[in-house]
Amino acid sequence: MVIMANGVEPSRKRWTYLDNFLNKPGPTTDPNWVPGEVTINGLETSKVLVIGAGGLGCEILKNLALSGFKDIHEADTIDVSNLNRQFLFREADVGKSKAECAAAFVEKRVKGVKITPYNGKIQDKDEDYYLQFQMIVCGLDSIEARRWINATLVGMVDMENPESLKPLIDGGTEGFKGQARVILPSMSSCIECQLDLHAPRAAVPLCTLATIPRQPAHCIEWAHIIAWEEHRKGEVLDTDDPEHITWLYQKASARAQEFNIPGVTYSMTQGVVKNIIPAIASTNAIIAASCCNEAFKIATGCNPWLNNYIQYSGDEGIFTYTFEMEQKEDCPVCGNLARNLTVDPNMTLQDFIDSLGDRAEAQLKKPTLRSEEKSLYSQFPASLREQTAPNLSKKLSELVVNGEEIAVSDPAFAISFKYKLIFSS
Amino acid sequence: MLKIWSMKQQQQRDANAEGAAGTKKKKVTAAQLRVQKDLAELEGTLGKTMRTSFPDPNDILNFTLTIEPDEGMYKGGTFHFNFAINQNFPHDPPKVKCTQKIYHPNIDLEGNVCLNILREDWKPVLNLNAVIVGLQFLFLEPNASDPLNKEAAEDLRSNREGFKRNVRTSMGGGSVKGEHYERVIGR
Repeated sequence: MVIMANGVEPSRKRWTYLDNFLNKPGPTTDPNWVPGEVTINGLETSKVLVIGAGGLGCEILKNLALSGFKDIHEADTIDVSNLNRQFLFREADVGKSKAECAAAFVEKRVKGVKITPYNGKIQDKDEDYYLQFQMIVCGLDSIEARRWINATLVGMVDMENPESLKPLIDGGTEGFKGQARVILPSMSSCIECQLDLHAPRAAVPLCTLATIPRQPAHCIEWAHIIAWEEHRKGEVLDTDDPEHITWLYQKASARAQEFNIPGVTYSMTQGVVKNIIPAIASTNAIIAASCCNEAFKIATGCNPWLNNYIQYSGDEGIFTYTFEMEQKEDCPVCGNLARNLTVDPNMTLQDFIDSLGDRAEAQLKKPTLRSEEKSLYSQFPASLREQTAPNLSKKLSELVVNGEEIAVSDPAFAISFKYKLIFSS
Repeated sequence: MLKIWSMKQQQQRDANAEGAAGTKKKKVTAAQLRVQKDLAELEGTLGKTMRTSFPDPNDILNFTLTIEPDEGMYKGGTFHFNFAINQNFPHDPPKVKCTQKIYHPNIDLEGNVCLNILREDWKPVLNLNAVIVGLQFLFLEPNASDPLNKEAAEDLRSNREGFKRNVRTSMGGGSVKGEHYERVIGR
C-alpha cells in the first residue's frame, strides 16, 4: 500500500520527491524497469550494511535513512577521540560505542527506519553474516579493512546463487579531496586492483627522527617509535589511553626543547600518533551523498549507477572526474577466481603437483602451493623447502579439507592460480 | 539488483569460465599470495651469504633472515633480522629489526634499521628482494650520512681505521665507548 488511486498515501508524504523518481521512468531508465510499488517495496526491504561510523559513516547513515532505506545495519568499533564532524554524537556519548549512538540518533529523527548497530571487528563476521545484505557501503579510513571486505565479497560470489553478489560502494576522503566507487565483486575493478592508487603514509627517515629533527612532528614520531621502544619495551601502545599519549607528549616536548623546536602540543601528539587525517565536513558530505545516490540507484534500478569511479577535488574550485577503472588481470583477489578441481583425496601431494603440469593453464616448472593455514610445499627459500618437503608424500586429505582453497604460484607466471579442491567420493 | 545478476550471468557465459564457487573456508590472503611470490623470487639473491629460517613454516609472514657478509668490515659476522609482515602488505612495508645489539651507524641499539625503502621510500611495487639486497648493502657500505647510532657514524666519518677496529671489537662481544655489544662471530 504505497500509492492511493487519488494521490499520496498520508504516511508517504515525507517521500513525495523520492516517489517522483520511483513511480515513473526517466530518460536514462532501463526499458525493463518496473515503476511503482514493486520498486518502492524493494527499496524498503533492502538490507544495507554501512561499515564505519566516523565522519563519513555518519553522513552515509543519515543519507540512507533519508533516501527511504528502512533496514540499515552498521558496523564500527569504539574509538573515543575526534567527535568533531561526527554530528550524530554528543559529549555524553564519549566512551560509548559509536555504532550504537549513531543508530539511536538516526532512529529518533527518521521514523520507521530500523538501524541495527554492530560493535566489533568486521573480520569477526563470516560469509553468512554478509550474505544477508543487498549491498555494502563503506565509509572507512582503513585500507586494511577495505581490502578485507573486498576480498570477502569477491570470494562470496557463487554462480549457483544470485544473492551472493553484493555490490560494494566505497567512499573515502582526505581534506578537500575524495573519491567514490561502485564495485561489483568479480565483475568490475576491485579495491585490490586499485591498491596502487592509495598514497602511502608520508614517513620521515628514521635517521632524521633519531638525529636531526626539524619539525614538531619529528619529535613526536621519535617519542612514538624510538623512545617508547627504549623505555617501555614490550608494552603495547594504546593510542586511546590518555596516559600513553601524555607520556609520548612529555617525551616529545622534552626533545623539542632540546632541539629548540616550538609547537609540540597534546592534540598534535594525538594527531601524529593516531595518524588522524584532516577531514573537512563538507567533503564528507559530498562523498557520502555520492555513495548514497549510488546505493539508491542500485537498490531501486531507477537510474544507471556509477561506472565506476568518481574523483572529487575541492582544494581549488571544484573538479570532479568520472571514469571506468579496469579490472587488473593479475589482481590477486579478483584476477583469477578459484576454479573447482575434483581430486582423489588419497592422492599424494607429489602426485597432485605432477598432475597440475598436465593442465593447460598451469604448465608449472617450480610450483609453490599453500592454503590459508598451511605452506603445503614451497620451492624456495631452501629452508622452507626442507620444512615442507615431508608434505609431498602425505595424502591430500591429510593436508586440506574437502572444498578448501589453495593457491599455486610459479616463477614462470606473474599470477597465482587458485583451486578449490573437491574430493571425489 | 536483478539487472546486476543478469549482467554477471552474461559475463560468465562470455568468459565460459568454470564456476567460481563460494566457500565458507578460509582463503589464501592477498598478503600471503604476494609474499609467496616474493619468496620464490629470492632464489639467486640469497646466495651463500644469506639464508632464511621460518619458526613456523606455515606462517610465511614471519621469518628470520641471516646475513653472513663474506667481504667488507663486517666479514665473518652472523647477523639476524626479524621480518614481520602484516596483512596490509604490500601497502605497508615489512617490519624489519636486527635481533642483536650491534655496532653499526645505520642500526640503533634496539635493532631499528635506517633503510629508506623500509620507511619513507617504500612502495607496493618494491618486494622482499629489494629489502634484502638493501640490508646486505648496509654491511658492505655502512654510511655515516644516515646515522641511527650517532657514535658509530661519527667514528666512521672521522676515523675510518678506528671505526674498523671498533667493528671488530664489537663483533667479538667487546665494548666500544662503554657500550657492550653482542658477539656475532663463530666460536
